[in-house]
Amino acid sequence: MKKSFRQSMAWLHTWAGLLLGWLLVAIFITGTSAYFREEITLWMQPELHDSTLQPDTVDKALAALNAKAPDARSWDISLPGPRHTAAELRWQPAKQPENEGRRRGEQMLMDADSGEIVSPRATRGGNFLYRFHFELYGIDRLWARLLVCLATLFMLIAIISGVITHKKIFKDFFTFRPGKGQRSWLDAHNATAVLALPYHFMITYSGLLLFMTLIMPWGIDAAYQGDRRAFFSEVFSRGEDAARPGAPEAMVAIGPLIEQTETRFGKPVTRIQISNPNRDNAQITLRVNRDPAVTDRQRGGDPTQVFLGNTGELIDTHIPANDPVSPGWRIYNFFTSVHMARFADPLTRWLFFLFGVAGCAMTITGMLLWVSKRTQQLRRDQQPDRALKMVNGLNMASITGLMLAIAAYFLANRLLPVTLEARESREIQVFFLAWLVSLVHGLLRPHRQGWVEQVGAATVLWFAVPIINMLTTESHLFSALAWQHPAIASFDLVCLILAGLGGYTLWRLQRKPVPAKPRRARPPRAANTSTTGQTPAGETQ
Amino acid sequence: MTPLSITSRTLAAALGGYGLGALSAMALAVTLPVARDQAVIIGIMLSFLLCSGAAIWAFSARSAWYAWAGILAPCLLLGGLYLWGRPA
Repeated sequence: MKKSFRQSMAWLHTWAGLLLGWLLVAIFITGTSAYFREEITLWMQPELHDSTLQPDTVDKALAALNAKAPDARSWDISLPGPRHTAAELRWQPAKQPENEGRRRGEQMLMDADSGEIVSPRATRGGNFLYRFHFELYGIDRLWARLLVCLATLFMLIAIISGVITHKKIFKDFFTFRPGKGQRSWLDAHNATAVLALPYHFMITYSGLLLFMTLIMPWGIDAAYQGDRRAFFSEVFSRGEDAARPGAPEAMVAIGPLIEQTETRFGKPVTRIQISNPNRDNAQITLRVNRDPAVTDRQRGGDPTQVFLGNTGELIDTHIPANDPVSPGWRIYNFFTSVHMARFADPLTRWLFFLFGVAGCAMTITGMLLWVSKRTQQLRRDQQPDRALKMVNGLNMASITGLMLAIAAYFLANRLLPVTLEARESREIQVFFLAWLVSLVHGLLRPHRQGWVEQVGAATVLWFAVPIINMLTTESHLFSALAWQHPAIASFDLVCLILAGLGGYTLWRLQRKPVPAKPRRARPPRAANTSTTGQTPAGETQ
Repeated sequence: MTPLSITSRTLAAALGGYGLGALSAMALAVTLPVARDQAVIIGIMLSFLLCSGAAIWAFSARSAWYAWAGILAPCLLLGGLYLWGRPA
């Protein structure tokens, strides 16, 4: 046996990591932002900030739907909550376009105070970053998803082989030697990997499970003889709308029904769904938020009461906590709901966000380590070859480049004219333009000074976001409006923290220039000062 | 490792690993003595772990031939299990 098991694992970890590392950095950064995608969307629609739930919001919403779509097949009202301020009114039109695969229906937003229909600036908001983390942008959705799944599978392999590589995993975790170039990156990579190891495993494995029907449908085909629909209806059964619209008939007042449901569950009603509104077969479904639970069924999981629309008679009370869930599905639900963290209260959400940041740090330090290690192996008079320079430049684009592109996206949201044609696409174009500039810059200047310039640019942009916000909207850090919904103020605070982190990185980069040859392509703090440090157990190749 | 060995192992990891995962999902879906939707999900959940395990095996085996053998043998076993338990 030529190589030890650990050595071959280290080899696999290093090369599998490099091959899809850049994609993983992008997936981790945009995916971490997705924990707050609703908050990001809220921030990006300042026109909606001054809207709060009132006792008569429901009546106003029903009036608006009655005016807009009295003969719709169904209405759906989502009342404002901590993550969104406006009331969302959706409806399925009476006549469905036949050729559309999925019935999305129509949607409008209503100011919860005034009852006016509001149309905020056009933006994809946090959904752009959220969707990017699993289907990228601008390429065929199927192929993009397959590519992301492939990167995810690589990461799962990297995690498992990484654990095998680190026999002394916990000893490594408590080893940190700052300011020692490659060793520091290695220690940071180990620490962030081990610290959040259960999280990394969960997020990767569940990422694959979320796309199981795309990448691993063969078990379904085997057990259901190719009838995937049978599987879905058995597992994710969703109530179908009553097909036939009944005869016109007025509906009862909704106020007492809401009171009844709120008394029954002891919680405010958050969603109102009405099928066949204004007909004799109308059904009113009232939902409250479920208790946080990670293993029960994800869909249709809210405590619900159903009433007949014309008489107000209660016909069904559904408490999902009482549904039996089999062990296999409990495990599946655990992984997928923890991945999406939809159950999370704000504090838990921040915790997940921090774990996501640890994931970003792990992938980023891994990429930096790769370059750092090879730079140090160069002889004193040797210049890095083109491949190493290219990896360094691509590292720049994938790390600092993406960070400054996201800041540019947020700035574009505030600076582009509100009435601009195709405005939401323009915001995204600004995002990719900034990213492209950073890529070109990174490939042209793949050395320490290049890093300084990119980190500097990202710092300025992130610092500019709350400043520009202050100049262009009413809901900034020094306004009561932003603090009325803490999510809005928190957004600006996170921008400042990111700018602060950028400033700190810049200071570290400037503070300790490589003494002998300042022009040499060296990543941050690559000077090798350590001669006594023992080789850690899990050094990668 | 020679380039040829690396190429062969990579193919074993990618094609063999995925094949092993797919066959395990199919075999478990039709043979596990639980409700079929549960058998399906348990099979899928194990299949991803088997894919990863196969990839790791492919690069740690003594030679590329061992890598292929160690993946194809359980594939045959699982394939047989699927044929045996397949619904009529």
